[in-house]
Amino acid sequence: MKIAVCIKRVPDTETRIRIAGDGASIDETGVKFIINPYDEFAVEEALQRRDKAGGGEVVVIALGPDAGQETIRSVLAMGADRGVLLKAERIPADALAVAKALAAELKDGGYDLVLFGKMAADDYHHGVGPMVAELLDLPCVTAISKLELEGGKGVAEREIEGGVEVVEFALPAVLTAEKGLNTPRYPALKGIMAAKKKPIEIKPAALGEARAIVTSLSLPPDRKAGRIVGEGPDAVPELVRLLRTEAKVL
Amino acid sequence: MNVLAVTEQRDGALRKTSHEVVWAARLLADAMGGTVDALVLGAPGMDAAGAKLGEAGADRVLVAEDASFVKYAPCGYAATAAAVAKTGGYGVVLVAATAGGRDLAPRIAARLDAPLATDATGVSFADGKVTASRPVYAGRAIQQLRFDAPVAVISLRPNTFAPGSAGKAGTVSKVAAVTAARVVVREVKAAEPGKLDVAEASVVVSGGRGLKGPEHFALIENLARAFGSAAVGASRAVVDAGWRPHAEQVGQTGKTVSPQLYVAVGISGAIQHLAGMRTAKVIVAINKDKDAPIFQVADYGIVGDLFEIVPRLTEEIARARAG
Repeated sequence: MKIAVCIKRVPDTETRIRIAGDGASIDETGVKFIINPYDEFAVEEALQRRDKAGGGEVVVIALGPDAGQETIRSVLAMGADRGVLLKAERIPADALAVAKALAAELKDGGYDLVLFGKMAADDYHHGVGPMVAELLDLPCVTAISKLELEGGKGVAEREIEGGVEVVEFALPAVLTAEKGLNTPRYPALKGIMAAKKKPIEIKPAALGEARAIVTSLSLPPDRKAGRIVGEGPDAVPELVRLLRTEAKVL
Repeated sequence: MNVLAVTEQRDGALRKTSHEVVWAARLLADAMGGTVDALVLGAPGMDAAGAKLGEAGADRVLVAEDASFVKYAPCGYAATAAAVAKTGGYGVVLVAATAGGRDLAPRIAARLDAPLATDATGVSFADGKVTASRPVYAGRAIQQLRFDAPVAVISLRPNTFAPGSAGKAGTVSKVAAVTAARVVVREVKAAEPGKLDVAEASVVVSGGRGLKGPEHFALIENLARAFGSAAVGASRAVVDAGWRPHAEQVGQTGKTVSPQLYVAVGISGAIQHLAGMRTAKVIVAINKDKDAPIFQVADYGIVGDLFEIVPRLTEEIARARAG
């Protein structure tokens, strides 16, 4: 089974955000970067599917600056076979521009499955996976928390408000992973050593024209400092009074 | 430029977010000097439900019906919405950022070759350009994303845009449904009947590690019940520990909620959790540690033992609501 996993390098989710001098991006000084957390579920699923199929290849693809190689290397250490870095000075805010570059790379790859995380933890877009599917005219199920594959057909589950959708599709397909799909492995020392010898191909990203432009990035307004109503159960009546008369939510 | 509002139905009834999207479309179209069309996708028999969207702000209601549209039909909905969006001089297509809308919006955008903004909390029009305002970095920054394209697709965060009333009826007409069945929703397994989803409820009561064990979540459930219609939420720590299902998780790797009232019980307020609930209108925190970060975002806090405070609060809320 030949599987592509598209990953993104994002700031650690614990990062304290500072706005850069351009007023439209974050100051990356001292920021630690990690693989987008949702992408780890996609990687784990790819590795398990390859191993269950008794062979094949897991190709990890990232778009962005040179530093993306580190992130690709971390996935190779988990067990992926090879990497592709579609080089771009920075990752555009236009999800469709990114999707076009990925679709161009994936188009003739002969992949049975193309996996993504359901969203990027930095720019909060949920778009690139399903956009790639549309551009490649492939079936797509997003935000899956369960997957069964058999004989070229698949059944996936995705959480919706108040329930779970059970979705059928045929391979090849594009799937995006929700938390809970599996438990991502940690790379073992052996994997880390092996990853050093695995190939990463670097080529320019065929980015579409960026037609969504970040004009400003700002910190959200602080919530007005609240107050401690009191201590212990005796403070409850006062809290209820405030919720009713001041906050007016009862 | 006109605005197309793509609405969403479940079991033939339009969802609350559909009214939010139609009214947001109304305000945007007024700023752009255009009109609002609302698209309804469903099984035959949607006319009556659709007609209400005139009052909700649509000039025209376009109904695309097909038996295969009874449940979410990703390919068919996307193909139909894109076909409609190519007519009518639309500058913006709006969709609610629900589970369905998050799946649908990028598909429509790709089919229209249009740029996309997901999960917007604001939309504006100035100098001939549309800009979406959206939380990024788990709500720790707000991005202004401007579109330089003839048409853009924007999904709107639920519970953020107020519905409104146009004081007039719109016209209802049929449009062709384009069907495609490469991805089929075979069934929808409902959660427990009557159970509210955290992303949709107007009151959310969430529990964290302070509850000490899954069995004590009965306290949270009882408090939620006392509020009438409140959803139960959970912190990442207790979901990762297997105490509660992922569907209840509030925060960065869970759901983002914007209820009228959010009650955090035994949750310290890790940055990932705050990301998911900081846009709630009113936040109440109950925690034994007076220095817990949750108190920095809470409007009202009680410091102390939740096992004493929550039963008392449950009682008092029930009494306040009964009286």
